[in-house]
Amino acid sequence: MKNIFQLVWLVPLLPFAGFLLNGLFRKKLSKSLSGLIGCATILGAFAISVALFMEVKSSGGQVVHLFDFIAVKGFKIPFDFQVDALSSLFLLIITGVGFLIHVYSTSYMHEETSDHFARYFAYLNLFVFSMLLLVLGANFVILFIGWEGVGLCSYLLIGYWFKNTDYTNAAKKAFIMNRIGDLGFLLAVFWMINQFGTVTFSEVFAKVGGTPVMIITGMTLLLFVGATGKSAQIPLYTWLPDAMAGPTPVSALIHAATMVTAGVYMIARSHVMFSAAPITMNVIAIIGLATALLAGTIALYQNDIKKVLAYSTVSQLGFMFLAIGVGAYTTAVFHVMTHAFFKALLFLGAGSVIHAMGGEQDITKMGGLSKKIPVTYWTFLIGVLAISGFPFTSGFVSKDEILLAAFEHSKLLFWGGVAGAILTAFYMFRLLNLTFFGKFRNTEEKAHHVHESSASMTIPLAVLALLSLVGGLIQLPHIFGGHPYLNEFLAPAVKVPGGEAEGAATTEYMLLGGTVIGLAIIYFITRKLYAVDAFSGVYEGFRKVLANKWYVDEIYEAIIVKPIRWIGKKVVLFTENEVIDWIVNGVGKGVQLASRQLRLVQSGQVGSYVLLMVISILVFFAVQFLFKK
Amino acid sequence: MKIEYYLYLAIALFCIGVVGVLTRRNAIIIFMCIELMLNAANLLLVAFSKMYHAAGVAQNPMAGIDGQLFVFFIMVVAAAEVSVGLAIIVMLYRNTHSVDINFLNRLKH
Repeated sequence: MKNIFQLVWLVPLLPFAGFLLNGLFRKKLSKSLSGLIGCATILGAFAISVALFMEVKSSGGQVVHLFDFIAVKGFKIPFDFQVDALSSLFLLIITGVGFLIHVYSTSYMHEETSDHFARYFAYLNLFVFSMLLLVLGANFVILFIGWEGVGLCSYLLIGYWFKNTDYTNAAKKAFIMNRIGDLGFLLAVFWMINQFGTVTFSEVFAKVGGTPVMIITGMTLLLFVGATGKSAQIPLYTWLPDAMAGPTPVSALIHAATMVTAGVYMIARSHVMFSAAPITMNVIAIIGLATALLAGTIALYQNDIKKVLAYSTVSQLGFMFLAIGVGAYTTAVFHVMTHAFFKALLFLGAGSVIHAMGGEQDITKMGGLSKKIPVTYWTFLIGVLAISGFPFTSGFVSKDEILLAAFEHSKLLFWGGVAGAILTAFYMFRLLNLTFFGKFRNTEEKAHHVHESSASMTIPLAVLALLSLVGGLIQLPHIFGGHPYLNEFLAPAVKVPGGEAEGAATTEYMLLGGTVIGLAIIYFITRKLYAVDAFSGVYEGFRKVLANKWYVDEIYEAIIVKPIRWIGKKVVLFTENEVIDWIVNGVGKGVQLASRQLRLVQSGQVGSYVLLMVISILVFFAVQFLFKK
Repeated sequence: MKIEYYLYLAIALFCIGVVGVLTRRNAIIIFMCIELMLNAANLLLVAFSKMYHAAGVAQNPMAGIDGQLFVFFIMVVAAAEVSVGLAIIVMLYRNTHSVDINFLNRLKH
């Protein structure tokens, strides 16, 4: 059989072909055809990804050289794809979850006109393409191309309904926030080129050992700035909740399979550098934990079903960075995987709820939906259990590992992580109760229209629910009869000094017991508080601060946006009116003045013309004579 | 004869031509002065041509002959130019009854 690695270029190319087809012929294609193109290309990429994954599993990874991207004297950036354990796992997550989201979208977006429908799928395919490029690239520049690509596509998709100004503003916010992070990433890449003369992963990592720690710390901090933008960490996280302006499947795609996991991937990929910079690691751990707690508290009092999920994503990303910060890279990747399953499930479930409610997103106006849309309810319930860490679901295993890793590193981080996990469980159960239990808190007319979604929406939900349930079993701790298969698989790509933490049996049982008891208590509290007949959703006092997201957006507005606007206004007044106008008018005036003097030469007197000619010839000869050598 | 004599003569002719063009006002005299300058150049060409022919005839019987060819061309072109220029001057005289170039200052229009 031909070497499967030579086919790796097909993985990103298929979605790109889908993007071109849907994008160029969007006026001609029917809805079913553009949906088919969108889904089929991703399915093809998924099939190749599975083959690649199997090959990597049996024979290890390799770097595939495609062509030279940039080649100048003494410096070369090859367009290479690196297929190893880490990237092949991400390929599976991206194309697998991405495919389910595509299938779901064909039904969810069915009310759009056919050219907008094709535009949607074109963007979606481009998004997957960029993400695949990001994951496959064998050096920082190729990674950066994908990095920018997902930023662009998130802008396009968040602003998909571009006629609504609020939505386009949210898109701009996402783009600008990402740009700030990208700048840090770009600076890090420039620094690497300057310092190492290469950007290829393997060559850079080989040179880390002989470089002063200060330089590595600087580089990794800059890289981390990039990661905070893409993966929505403090201080650049505010774009992610606003990204809810896009269609719900887009939120699922951004939050689960792509985009926000890019930062985690990038750090896991360059873990050699990060491990060599303890200061950066501490910064990452602290920021991750702070983000997890901050977003968790905000999510407690949000009334928009998608906003709750958005903040829960930010919070879960915080957990991933906490894991990275304590050196547990494979655990972070594991949480990316499980999170991709249950967050995609929750978002698609939320989409199904919104669909059933005819576009209503306010959970104060829902309630009692569990009987009316049972499939959505059961799958959503599984998602909630998984994210809250119900024993033996995927979320339990991955979060359990993160907490253990944090425990070995520092007790403070551990208890912070526990607090974050409790917050997660609390706001998720609140969401569940407000949405599915209690009494229906909307008009009678709406109650009649509530209906279960079609099969193309519920089947992806069911698949994701299954994955959320059993996805953690590949990494189950030994004492529960499992084996860390994922760690073994990732070991060649993500070498961690000292190995991954595995807790003692007593710790595991304590965590297990604590989780069960905690979840039970939270369940009863939320049941009592939120499974109610009437719910206003208006908060007073400190809760109001939380409901208003700690006023972070307002603070940013006051201390960053407004001063920049003010400076911009002043600069416009000065440069536009004084400098630029002066230059432009000056050029015109100068030409006029010079030509007025020069015009006098043309007298019409033949004698003066001839005299000028003779003088010019003499000057010409003189110059020739003087400057001969 | 030495080449310098030809050079002095050619320079003298050329300078007379230049001064004539610059100082005289009669268009026909200016015209003649221009011819003078042309012929100064012709004289130089012929002189140098002969010199190189004498020096290189042993190796190449045609040595330096191209200078004389140029002279023929210049003569032909000068004749054509004279016919056109004189025709213009005749037309000017018919229209203005003058060949004074200071009077004919309408080139700027």
